[in-house]
Amino acid sequence: MTDRTVAVLAGGLSHERDVSLRSGRRLSSSLRDTGLYVEEWDVDAKLLSRINSSRPDAVVIALHGGAGENGAVQSVLEMLGVPYVGADPRACRRAWDKPTAKDELARAGLSTPEWITLPHATFRDLGAQDVLDALVARLGLPLILKPPQGGSALGLHLVREVAELPGAIVGCLAYGDSVLAEGFVEGIEVAVTVLDGPDGPQALPAVEIDATSGFYDYAARYIAGLATFHAPARLDSAAAAAVADLAVNAHRILGLRDVSRTDMVVTPDGVAQFLEVNVAPGLTETSLLPMAIESTGAHLGTIYATLIEGAIARSLR
Amino acid sequence: MTPSPTPGQPCRKQSTQRDLDPHLHRYAQRTAGMTASEIRALFAVASRPEVVSLAGGMPYLPALPLDSLADELAQMIATDGMTALQYGSAQGTAELRERICELMALEGIRAHADDVTVTVGSQMALDMVTRIFCDPGDVVLAEAPSYVGALTTFASYQAQVVQVPMDDDGLIPDELSAALCSLRAQGRTPKFLYTIPNFHNPAGVTLAVPRRGEILRLCAEHQVLVVEDNPYGLLGFEGQIYPAMRAADPDNVVYLGSFSKTFAPGLRVGWALAPHAVREKLVLAAESATLCPPTFTQFVVARYLTAHDWKGQIKTYQEAYRIRRDAMLEALAHYLPPGCRWTHPAGGFYVWLTVPEGLDTKAMLPRAVTQRVAYVPGTAFYAESDRSPAGRMMRLSFCYPTPDRITEGVRRLATVLDNELELQRTFGSLRPRTVFGSQSPSPDTA
Repeated sequence: MTDRTVAVLAGGLSHERDVSLRSGRRLSSSLRDTGLYVEEWDVDAKLLSRINSSRPDAVVIALHGGAGENGAVQSVLEMLGVPYVGADPRACRRAWDKPTAKDELARAGLSTPEWITLPHATFRDLGAQDVLDALVARLGLPLILKPPQGGSALGLHLVREVAELPGAIVGCLAYGDSVLAEGFVEGIEVAVTVLDGPDGPQALPAVEIDATSGFYDYAARYIAGLATFHAPARLDSAAAAAVADLAVNAHRILGLRDVSRTDMVVTPDGVAQFLEVNVAPGLTETSLLPMAIESTGAHLGTIYATLIEGAIARSLR
Repeated sequence: MTPSPTPGQPCRKQSTQRDLDPHLHRYAQRTAGMTASEIRALFAVASRPEVVSLAGGMPYLPALPLDSLADELAQMIATDGMTALQYGSAQGTAELRERICELMALEGIRAHADDVTVTVGSQMALDMVTRIFCDPGDVVLAEAPSYVGALTTFASYQAQVVQVPMDDDGLIPDELSAALCSLRAQGRTPKFLYTIPNFHNPAGVTLAVPRRGEILRLCAEHQVLVVEDNPYGLLGFEGQIYPAMRAADPDNVVYLGSFSKTFAPGLRVGWALAPHAVREKLVLAAESATLCPPTFTQFVVARYLTAHDWKGQIKTYQEAYRIRRDAMLEALAHYLPPGCRWTHPAGGFYVWLTVPEGLDTKAMLPRAVTQRVAYVPGTAFYAESDRSPAGRMMRLSFCYPTPDRITEGVRRLATVLDNELELQRTFGSLRPRTVFGSQSPSPDTA
């Protein structure tokens, strides 16, 4: 394994560049612990020439948001014939767009909070007040607003009062042209990592998020003291099985590969409700996937080194 | 049962609790505001070359003659290396302090080198001044808006900042008087007034000369020290130099200076000129912080001031920044939608832009980053970030990008504003203000 050269892609131009750089650093350090030769590459206009000149044995994508999760970088790597860890471009696109993922999983019978996706043009053309009234009539309050694409809870809003709604929508629209409105589900928020193994996709222990505000937004993710985490989650065995099943099913149905992290809520009656899935989950010192791995006694670098070997083997088939 | 990630390795059953920072309970209360934010995260993108950054106040270093500086530096190491690489005095080298006095004489200051304390940038001088004067809860007066690096320093010493309005002629004496009287009625005396009289950061305005005496008189009357921060004073585009407030009142003004804008910020050489008794405290505070300012960079600056045509270099900078200022003002006039207004700086680095009613410069920053342009939202320059009218304002820096890039950046900014105005038309007066918490940008944007 020591002969392998691995490129970790991080940074890029998405709104999540900062988190991505931290993910890249953490992953690279962990992979070096396993004896791999690792280079950290920021993604810019020189990426293709860099890949062609360096020809790494494999690439790991630690890019969050945008090109790293919407299949764009994966398409380039396919084009260049470079093995990479993670889902193929088509699966990435399905997971990246939250309404698409929710729709596919709901049609497959998985539970997910009711949702409506509204482009800015709908508010503009049909009258904002009427659309807002209809939205509240349909989903009720409180509700969650978020950009249909993107992560790190950027643009995420919990709306408890009607008066908060316009501002939250405008805040969301700063990140894109549409808003995903979702009914707010009370319960325990958990994240479940799924890894592909010899026996197919397997769920790691769920990580439970206990946000002091009751809402796991950007601040709770990155400001110490606003959330605590429990790994494994403090769930009874039935709920633990339910969240594992949901994550594995989401991984399978969306056609994901190698690794994914599904975020969900467990309702008081034990039902796991899908929120979203990430094909390039955060790998920082405070991210949920490394917590899940550590809760099993395993090492992040070892896990990803195994995935890298799998990606290389896949490319040789 | 949940599987193990590696075959044959048992899962740990016991749930463990984790916090993002296991040291959280140990931090001092003054760190409470030192937190991550969406704004800080977005500025990570601003450093990429694809983004036209109108955010950072970085001097235009390509204007420096690096070849000749390298020669002078090599010569300095050859002749003075043993001293330049050694520990030095906490107050700074005598030679540099002499040169600093000569430089300050351009602004009418008559000072003795004994009253100068060299610091690691003027930021350290500001930190030292705040450290020796402010206990938690003490009041500091500052302009509204004010330099973000000063506000974070005051916050770190848990001082309460009272900001006083400005207009196109700088700090308004009547408003200062009202603030002083209001505080006096509350039984509170501010420890000092922090002011940037020349080519203000972020407002871009200059304190009118007649107002300077009035402000000094008010502060003396209320027994309030004046801290005059003057990093941009020699960067007037017409070569104009305004009289320093320190020149008029040596006993009640602490003057802060810097070579970051007139030479190079990487050297981190600034200074404080203080009344003698204050200087004693400053030196002791500086000694506890750094032992001594870097001797090496003091030698570099001293040599630069003796062997180099530094006045010619300042003229080069003035011209570079004037061209950039003109490019920005022209682009703003050409591209920005009606309802915007902005300051017309006669020197320095910054334009202060006010956007149309109802827009929120902090909320629209993600859209700007998507459009590959960056600025600093106005709320960063207010101690109370939700204070009106900060939400409608932003600071634009013209110091570093080329004129073409400035024009392109403003064009992109106009697209962002157009989109925001369309949202405004859609959601009208229903739209509330901020969507983020209060946070300052990173140091490279300060």
